[in-house]
Amino acid sequence: MLPDLVAGLALLALTGYVVLGGADFGAGFWDLTAGGAERGAPVRAMIKRAMSPVWEANHVWLIFLLVVLWTGFPVAFGSITSTLAIPLFAAALGIVLRGGAFALKGQAATIAEARALGATFALASVIAPFAFGAAVGAIAAGRVPVGNARGDEWSSWTGSLSIVVGLLAVATGAHLAAVFLGADSRRAGRAELVHAFRARALGSGVVAGALAIAGLLVVRSDMPALYDGLTSGAGLACVLASGAAGLVTLWLEWRERFELARYAAATAVATIVAGWAVAQQPYLLPPDLTVHEAAAPDATLAALLVATAVGMALIVPALTWLFRLALSGRLAYEDEPRP
Amino acid sequence: MIDGVLGGPVDQDYLVQARQMQAMSFAVHIPLVCFGIAFPAMVLFLEGLWLRTGDPLYRALAKRWSKAMLILFAVGVVTGTILSFEMGLLWPEFMATFGAVFGLAFGIEGFSFFVEAIFIAIYVYGWDRLPARVHVAAGVPIVLAGISGSLMVISVNGWMNHPVGFSIRGGEVVDVKPLEALFNANLWHELVHMYLAGFIVAGFLVAGVYAYGWLRGRRDRHHRVGLVVALSVAALAAPAQLLVGDWAARTVAERQPVKLAAFEGLERTTKGAPFSLPGGIEIPDLLSVLAFHDPGATVTGLDSVPADDRPPTGIVKVSFRTMVFIGTALTVLGAWFLWVWWRHARLPSSPWFHRALVAAGPLALVALIAGWITTEVGRQPWIVYQVMRTESAVTGASGVPVGFAALGLVYAGLVAVAFVMLRRLGREPLEVGS
Ligand code: HDD
Ligand code: HEM
Ligand code: HEM
Repeated sequence: MLPDLVAGLALLALTGYVVLGGADFGAGFWDLTAGGAERGAPVRAMIKRAMSPVWEANHVWLIFLLVVLWTGFPVAFGSITSTLAIPLFAAALGIVLRGGAFALKGQAATIAEARALGATFALASVIAPFAFGAAVGAIAAGRVPVGNARGDEWSSWTGSLSIVVGLLAVATGAHLAAVFLGADSRRAGRAELVHAFRARALGSGVVAGALAIAGLLVVRSDMPALYDGLTSGAGLACVLASGAAGLVTLWLEWRERFELARYAAATAVATIVAGWAVAQQPYLLPPDLTVHEAAAPDATLAALLVATAVGMALIVPALTWLFRLALSGRLAYEDEPRP
Repeated sequence: MIDGVLGGPVDQDYLVQARQMQAMSFAVHIPLVCFGIAFPAMVLFLEGLWLRTGDPLYRALAKRWSKAMLILFAVGVVTGTILSFEMGLLWPEFMATFGAVFGLAFGIEGFSFFVEAIFIAIYVYGWDRLPARVHVAAGVPIVLAGISGSLMVISVNGWMNHPVGFSIRGGEVVDVKPLEALFNANLWHELVHMYLAGFIVAGFLVAGVYAYGWLRGRRDRHHRVGLVVALSVAALAAPAQLLVGDWAARTVAERQPVKLAAFEGLERTTKGAPFSLPGGIEIPDLLSVLAFHDPGATVTGLDSVPADDRPPTGIVKVSFRTMVFIGTALTVLGAWFLWVWWRHARLPSSPWFHRALVAAGPLALVALIAGWITTEVGRQPWIVYQVMRTESAVTGASGVPVGFAALGLVYAGLVAVAFVMLRRLGREPLEVGS
């Protein structure tokens, strides 16, 4: 019971990060592909305006996930971080480069400076989610054994599932970002940007859907147990829900119902994460370590749950207020690069 | 002693590099954290002054400081993220074995970070858009989260030095009591000492920037106010730090006698132990006084444990001395200011005072890092004091030197760019609006 609750907490943190942090990474992807300095400027400015007030808070979901894992499932945490040291370190470095470049971009004085920082930000925004996705793929593929760096440092996370999940992480982030930014542009009354982001949301949505299906095919040929989980019971329900939410998102984008599309897109992505978790139950690190075997003693789990309940009671109203202010455009100061 | 649940010690040729990588990451994060602790309180103080007096200068200054605070916070966030990853990337066996014991603290810390990140965004981006009282109120949680966040992370470090809240049976960690671990005996002195250090470091660094401006001829009211507010904070914290340092030393003497012996490099257990100053001067009985407030007290020597269980004494001894000397010097500097301010209600007008202030910021940083080296290296060879050795905790992954080099390069770039951006922010003219 307690281990399952804490596993649920880890899943909540992961979902929060995949949706909110993922959209931040995705914004970086659109920054990267926005085109030359002149042509891409409006898109980049919109990204900056939408992200500035919220990226730090979005990022804390990752910290929370790490903390829940090492407190609640310490053996799994040690095994994961030692075997998957390379992708995780790459992701961490990506986060530093990205966060640093983003925070400092505001003070850039020349176009050249802004461009160098912007390129760093954008490139790191693609590397980090790919690396995280590859790590998740390695776990799902059962390539992370219990022990201190017991799994292979390279082949553990370079299998086909890792590659697909890595790409999927980049694509879903980009899709979420395009959907969110489209809605933000509409609120800001920037019609030309609304259309730019709508096209991006539709395109990336199709790519993300295709990658999700490719992932299923890889799972079917390589990981029969996981495939069973995804095609029966609750796992199947998640897969179907995700597909349906994805289609609804595309339809809403097509009909230019951007506010509703936000929630549909988030649901489509969240249900992929949930589907994976449900499908590999009862294992935390398949094929051997179950959630219950990996769990910390009950005293720790209970304390963690109580602390989380109290913490959530504080955080939820605060987060709501932040997003209210941010979405209504009341948090921003203009500091565009000076010529 | 315990080896760990992932299968015990592994071959790791680069333990030293792993330790240095950890040390480097802390050395970048902790100075930023000082601003996370002290800046919100300083900014709120200025904004409060504005609300009381209506003088727009205070508001303009608070606004400018809050922009610097946001930049430093962002860099603190990403360097803190590196630390969180490194716990697992460098010390998986430590985490796997003890995560359940001390993890709760980090769990609570996570919520502090949420609070901090949320309200710092509302505060800094809300300057011109929120009603004044709401805006001030949004600043208060930032200050509180700085306290609770430090409390929790320091609790983990305190626990590594005074590991409680579990037992070891048959090589396994059992009877885990997370709350007992959270409130270990090292927590309180470390927390207060670090908290004050935050105000000393941030206060002297900010004051130093304005003192530098003073020396270059920028002596308007804006510079004077900035200097006085920052310096007051630091000057009040510095003498208190001496008292807390004394408390810390006595706690160490009681609980980690071998670490205390390393402070002086005291080979043999000695009654009335001396304390040596640079240049070979030795003050009789001083170590006994420092550790036990009694000149005749017996101080345990390094020879009380086998050679294998002793920390490297050279670096600990130098670090401890560096911290104490700088701490004393900063107190004297602060007292100079407080005296003149109290007697004449003005700043000391000597250029030497201002030159000393320019030096004080970097020196406070040195004291901060030296203090952490004292604590962390003084704990060696243990990662968990007298329970798990650092070499048992380290990762079996290869490539530690590659990671170390990569992170070193990234951090060098990050620090350089952040420095340039802050300087640029400082050069912008202050917009004193209505
Ligand atoms: C501005 C920074 C600063 C200053 C001026 C001082 N310290 Fe300090 N000291 C630290 C910053 C620091 C710290 C924040 O770096 C440490 C590391 C761990 C801790 O709790 O605080 C520390 C640790 C530390 C320890 C080891 C605690 C332990 O291992 O548990 C002792 C015994 C002292 N200090 C003693 C002193 C004394 C006697 C000082 C006065 C002259 C002094 N410190 C000034
Ligand atoms: C919570 C607050 C902590 C702070 C502020 C802190 C600070 C520091 C500092 C400043 C150093 C540098 C020592 C040097 O220069 O050699 C250091 C070293 C080190 N820290 Fe900590 N530490 C903390 C917690 C931890 C934790 C949780 C771990 C383990 C995962 C850890 C493991 C180490 C190790 C192994 C070293 C290397 C020691 C050496 O080089 O001799 N520390 N720490
Ligand atoms: C084991 C050592 C440490 C770890 C794992 C760690 C982790 C972190 C993380 C993850 C963040 C980012 C929070 C966010 O995303 O908003 C952060 C920031 C912060 N940390 Fe640390 N930290 C460590 C040491 C310390 C120490 C010694 C202190 C000081 C007492 C401290 C105080 C803070 C504060 C106040 C922030 C807020 C950011 C800022 O204002 O710069 N941390 N830390």
